[in-house]
Amino acid sequence: MSSRRFNWYIWVGFALTLAGLASYFLVFALFPVTRDIPWVNGLMFLAALSLLFVGSRRAFREPQVYRGKIAGPVLSVLSVLLIALFAFFSLSFTKRLPSSAAAPRVGQRAPDFALLDTNGKSVTLAELLSVPRGAAYTTPPKGVLLVFYRGYW
Amino acid sequence: MRGIQKHLGEFEQHGIRVVAISVDSPEISRKLCGQAGFTYTFLSDPKAEAIRRYDLLHASASPEDSDIARPAEFLIDASGVVRWVNLTDDFRVRARPERMLQVIDAQHL
Repeated sequence: MSSRRFNWYIWVGFALTLAGLASYFLVFALFPVTRDIPWVNGLMFLAALSLLFVGSRRAFREPQVYRGKIAGPVLSVLSVLLIALFAFFSLSFTKRLPSSAAAPRVGQRAPDFALLDTNGKSVTLAELLSVPRGAAYTTPPKGVLLVFYRGYW
Repeated sequence: MRGIQKHLGEFEQHGIRVVAISVDSPEISRKLCGQAGFTYTFLSDPKAEAIRRYDLLHASASPEDSDIARPAEFLIDASGVVRWVNLTDDFRVRARPERMLQVIDAQHL
């Protein structure tokens, strides 16, 4: 009985869960492609749970060959809890936005501003509304669509 | 942002100038436009002055804990009056360009 094999699926699976959690905050949260939808971490979690499942199953089916009848279920449950917690916080985090109660409303005058364009030239809203959009146009635009976005830092 | 670029011709046809605003510096925006091929106007609001004036400040929301803008869209007519506002309740969910074009159509600017 002492020659039962180390069930590495279970331990690698659990390590992958921890790595999936840590890497989001250390690496993937820094890049817009993986920040808002943590798909890389999702794949890591999927792989982790698969390993834990396969590892636990073989610990129960072939207990004379593989160890892990205790570690398997314990680490599996722990992983599921950690992943659920991560999913809950990342979902609730994206909905935690300011109320913007004082944002301009329909029918109100849009506040003017002066901001730098990509050439470092100052541009006002009044200019955006009154100056033609480029060489191809002779008349001012009929309107401006302002798109505020989070940015890429 | 990519979706808007894809439909930019239609916005232009409707006489609409699209202007993107964030806290990014002009250099970062220029790099973004170059890499992603964005040809509409990008403006920099590093001190969040306009962002504050529009009450869109999302405090400490960047990974570096700095203040940024929450996503939002405003359609402003030629006289400077707001005609349509979209404030998402989830920052992953933005107004789709198709929806914005519908709104622009309906506004008869």
